[in-house]
Amino acid sequence: MNPYNYLYVAGLLFTIGAIGVIVRRNAIVVFMCIELMLNAANLTLVTFSRINGTLEGQVTAFFTMVVAACEVVVGLAIIIAIYRSRRSASIDDASLLKR
Amino acid sequence: MLTIQTPEAVMFWVLGPLSVIAAIGMLVVKKAVHSALLLAWIMITIALFYIAQDAVFLGIVQIVVYTGAVMMLFLFILMLVGVDASDSLTETIPGLRAIAITAALGFGGLLVSLISRAALGRPAIGLAEANKDGNVQGLAKLLFSDYVFAFEAISALLITAALGAMVLAHHQRTVARPTQREQAIARFRTGSLASAAGLPNPGVYARHNAVDVPALLPDGTPAPNSISATLKARGDMLESSQFELGEVDNTVQEEK
Repeated sequence: MNPYNYLYVAGLLFTIGAIGVIVRRNAIVVFMCIELMLNAANLTLVTFSRINGTLEGQVTAFFTMVVAACEVVVGLAIIIAIYRSRRSASIDDASLLKR
Repeated sequence: MLTIQTPEAVMFWVLGPLSVIAAIGMLVVKKAVHSALLLAWIMITIALFYIAQDAVFLGIVQIVVYTGAVMMLFLFILMLVGVDASDSLTETIPGLRAIAITAALGFGGLLVSLISRAALGRPAIGLAEANKDGNVQGLAKLLFSDYVFAFEAISALLITAALGAMVLAHHQRTVARPTQREQAIARFRTGSLASAAGLPNPGVYARHNAVDVPALLPDGTPAPNSISATLKARGDMLESSQFELGEVDNTVQEEK
């Protein structure tokens, strides 16, 4: 086995997350799929850090984690704000900009 | 030169497929709570991958931040929105699912074939050299020298995100909060006088003071209002008559 195998897993997880973002209708599930994509990208960074023998990839993964944490906080606050006004967490209901 | 030991290979071939299966399960399960649990499992496997790949600090941070904080936040929001808010898996845009899966298959195939064909031109190095002072020390050295500006910027981002969440979650009152006096007046003006003083507590006049025994009114009849509606709906209400004293025996037995 070589460390590139981790990249395959990361690629598959990223792809599955992308399908989830498109297919699922519940805003929270869509958000969780975005988290899955971010994690897959992080796994790639850590794997390349190991392949290249430097810690730069791990530092970048660390920054990505912080950004992901910020994104979760703001995104969930937006979901709550939408839920409060529309009583629904479905992304199809929040289509006010279309009309 | 990096050599991968057998335990890591075994771990990878067990956890790698499991994490991909869990990710697929995340897409097909109906309830958002089940999706959240599967995502927590994927996060834990990714943390184990980090630890196996000599990124010990990131592995621990992954468990603390993702499975600890982020997934808790997700579950909180699920509880606020309603755990029963299950996703309808019907397509709203016709053909979207087929298009999405085809595109994703193409994208995934592209990624996999790209990784399998790409060559670095040299063998993988491994982190033994970079981690010789310890993983945390090595990361700290980089973080507080080359990346110190990015580090400061990210701290500003965190504070801004906290402020943004507070602004978004702020709920503005459209009417003033009723005072205690207004509440008392409203209670007597609307509704009957019988309920104005509040409902009786369960079991206060009965011989048994459990919450599932209706209180006895002064005339001796049980007051069903004193039982919580949940207990009533579940059928967990006891008869207060079964705790009746019956006739009180006033005669004192004479001691001989």
